[in-house]
Amino acid sequence: MFPLWPTAASTISGEVDALYLFLISVTSAVTLAVLCLIVVFIFRYRHSKHPVADQVSGSVPLEITWSLVPLGIFMIFFVWGATIYVAEATPPKDSLQIYVVAKQWMWKIEHEEGQREINTLHVPMNRDVRLTMISQDVIHSFWVPEFRVKADVLPGRYTTLWFRANRPGKYNLFCSEYCGTMHSGMIGKVVVMDPVKFQAWLTGGGEMGSFAATGQKLFQELGCTSCHRFDTQGRGPNLVGVYGKPVLLDDGSTVIADDAYVRESILNPGAQIVAGFKPIMPSFQGIVTEDQLLSLIAYVKSLATPEEQEPVSNRPPVPKTAGGTEVQ
Amino acid sequence: MATTGQLEVTGYDDFINAKSGIKSWLFTTDHKRIALLYLTSITFMFFIGALFALIIRLELLTPKGDLVQADTYNKMFTMHGLVMIFFFLIPSIPAVLGNFLIPLMIGAKDVAFPKLNLLSWYIYDVGAIMFIYTILTGGLDTGWTFYTPLSTSFVTSSVVVGALAIFVVGFSSILTSLNFIVTVHRLRAPGMTWGRLPLFVWASYATAVIIVLGTPLIAISMALVALERIFGIGFFDPLLGGDPLLFQHLFWFYSHPAVYVMILPGMGVISEIMTCFSRKRVFGYKSMALAILGIAVFGFLVWAHHMFVAGISVYSALVFSFLSYLVAVPSAIKVFNWTATMYRGSVYLLTPMLYALAFIGLFTIGGMTGLFLASLGIDVHVTDTYFVVAHFHYIMVGGMVTAFMGGMHFWWPKISGRMYPEGWGKVAAAIMFIGFNLTFFPQFILGYVGMNRRYWEYASQFQVLNVLSTAGASVLGIGYLLPLGYFAWSLRYGARAGNNPWNAAGLEWTVPSPPATHNFDVTPVVTSEAYDYDQLPKDIVVPREASVVGE
Repeated sequence: MFPLWPTAASTISGEVDALYLFLISVTSAVTLAVLCLIVVFIFRYRHSKHPVADQVSGSVPLEITWSLVPLGIFMIFFVWGATIYVAEATPPKDSLQIYVVAKQWMWKIEHEEGQREINTLHVPMNRDVRLTMISQDVIHSFWVPEFRVKADVLPGRYTTLWFRANRPGKYNLFCSEYCGTMHSGMIGKVVVMDPVKFQAWLTGGGEMGSFAATGQKLFQELGCTSCHRFDTQGRGPNLVGVYGKPVLLDDGSTVIADDAYVRESILNPGAQIVAGFKPIMPSFQGIVTEDQLLSLIAYVKSLATPEEQEPVSNRPPVPKTAGGTEVQ
Repeated sequence: MATTGQLEVTGYDDFINAKSGIKSWLFTTDHKRIALLYLTSITFMFFIGALFALIIRLELLTPKGDLVQADTYNKMFTMHGLVMIFFFLIPSIPAVLGNFLIPLMIGAKDVAFPKLNLLSWYIYDVGAIMFIYTILTGGLDTGWTFYTPLSTSFVTSSVVVGALAIFVVGFSSILTSLNFIVTVHRLRAPGMTWGRLPLFVWASYATAVIIVLGTPLIAISMALVALERIFGIGFFDPLLGGDPLLFQHLFWFYSHPAVYVMILPGMGVISEIMTCFSRKRVFGYKSMALAILGIAVFGFLVWAHHMFVAGISVYSALVFSFLSYLVAVPSAIKVFNWTATMYRGSVYLLTPMLYALAFIGLFTIGGMTGLFLASLGIDVHVTDTYFVVAHFHYIMVGGMVTAFMGGMHFWWPKISGRMYPEGWGKVAAAIMFIGFNLTFFPQFILGYVGMNRRYWEYASQFQVLNVLSTAGASVLGIGYLLPLGYFAWSLRYGARAGNNPWNAAGLEWTVPSPPATHNFDVTPVVTSEAYDYDQLPKDIVVPREASVVGE
């Protein structure tokens, strides 16, 4: 008549369900015990049967017991829940990287191989998938109930979410954070495919080249290459081999060159200047879209492990293509 | 209490009849009259909020958005939340029962600052009028949480006036609370030590402290939203250089403690009712008082549990999950101690007791499901779903509103001098309990299987549960309308209550009903603990004989 349980379609689903069942069992048992006690007391101590109350004033040992025992049980809930959360917050190293840009009221998906989708996300089964997400406008939230995972998608900041789908099928992708008029219409589909079929799908429409290649093209169009040369002569830092590594800043501190840092360096270049360089780079705020930013990041990322060590010419290295496994 | 004062006093002017004319009400400084002014205002706002709820439930009867437009629906849940929280729940027990009872319970003639007390009612009304103006000029569709940058840079509704209405009404809570804090510190009758205070006074006191410390934060958040919206100052919108999570931290730093503002006074009411109708002192007075203070203190340290998927760090999520479990312990103690209060008591199942028992059941379910949400692994899945909607309605409606109704029945004879019809009272309590569970229990299931909150349209497999919920809401509505009818009826036809129809402990029951304007002819001297039911008659004989009609 009505659903009591959502389908489980990711590796974490079973773990969340197990904890949920455990909580249901324990809390129902305690709630029922309290309700039974109340019923028994009503019956046994009703005024007609027990006309004069005994003025019991309390019992410290009892009260300590019913403070500490719940606390102990709560700690089980806490540790178990925390374990799942930490696992959800730690994407495995070789996850397939996919980019998500949310806006009122749609989901835009960018695969590293160059496939683009709107309101549909194709993922391979039995493969760790890591989403890097950002919003173009307000806060949204990415939720696939069948996967039991959710993360808010913020404007101005990347958030990540990972899952490993283990059941083929089509699942709803909901926006879970109220985002304005058509919030309830901001629904996409996640298509979990057989890995072989997924690979075929992925390369099927790749006319545009890889996502990093899109970024490379943009990198040249925006004139980034005039300063970010691929030797040591540029007015800006050489970006080869930078991604994912610590960068020394002019104030003596270091920062890991991750998605957030690359993004900030494009939009607000003066915020964290690399040691030895002048704050001369203009901001690209309002010039590049969120999608373009992600492609630039994908490009910088692709420069992380150059095939040739120490490139000497100013010829930009060819971004690595194809399989996400090779990236990062 | 030492002063039993059972003799019927005749020939005094009770506070209702002491003066007449609309001016005597609008310029009164009598805490009891101000309580009734508040009762009128919040009841009016409650029915506005209920009207929005009705539209929400009717829209959700079908999966398609076919009753109202998407924008209208968004306004309905936004304004339902704002009206119910800021204009009904927060002032409900404190401003009505607290105002009426605190001076009576501690043996004072009035609150410490009677004029300030009247001012706070006017400020409430200014806030309420501003909000009604917001409703009439197109409403508000930010969600009651005002999340940025949606509220500051995107929606086109009357955000500024709405936010300022919340800003203004906060001052009425602050002034009332300031008044209560000073009153409890300075105006207790001789012998009314802290260890003898009724638990309702303890709960109201702790609530007042939370309000004074927390409300400025919501005022600041609302002011910043207004500034960003009017002048484009970038506090929260990343495009202007702001941080949207900053808003969430500011907002929840107030709004989580506000949840305890919306439950602690209810807990105080329940302690009064449970003892009276068990004819027994409360089980573990000290731990009950300490639990109230514990909830008030720990309530300030758990705000970020609303933000587990919002992009906060893993470490802060772990800390806030842990602290959220700590705050659950004092609530558990309270439930166990109320239950134990009945042990070897002499239980009467009169209407207020039915509400109190309903409170314990509903609050327990609300609290238990809070444990689900505090658990990080579960919260990620169910946050922003109907599971959360069900959870907080179990606390705020199942808990606070049930306690308010219980308290209104318990003290109605004191307030009005008349008995409400006991049979109807029981019927209304039962209808409320059934209607409430039918409305909100299906929503737990809806949340886990995947229904988002704040969804105008939903997947068709969720329809059956939504229809149940809407059916329950209509039953619940009847449960809330009935008392309105028979309370009004009782004003003319109810039996005379006398000083103490329940033979209850507490100074408020030693004076005539309704009390005189100055409360006590002679300042009482307290010589024994609260809930000294061994000193009181063993039986409750509810006054039944109807008064002379039209007297």
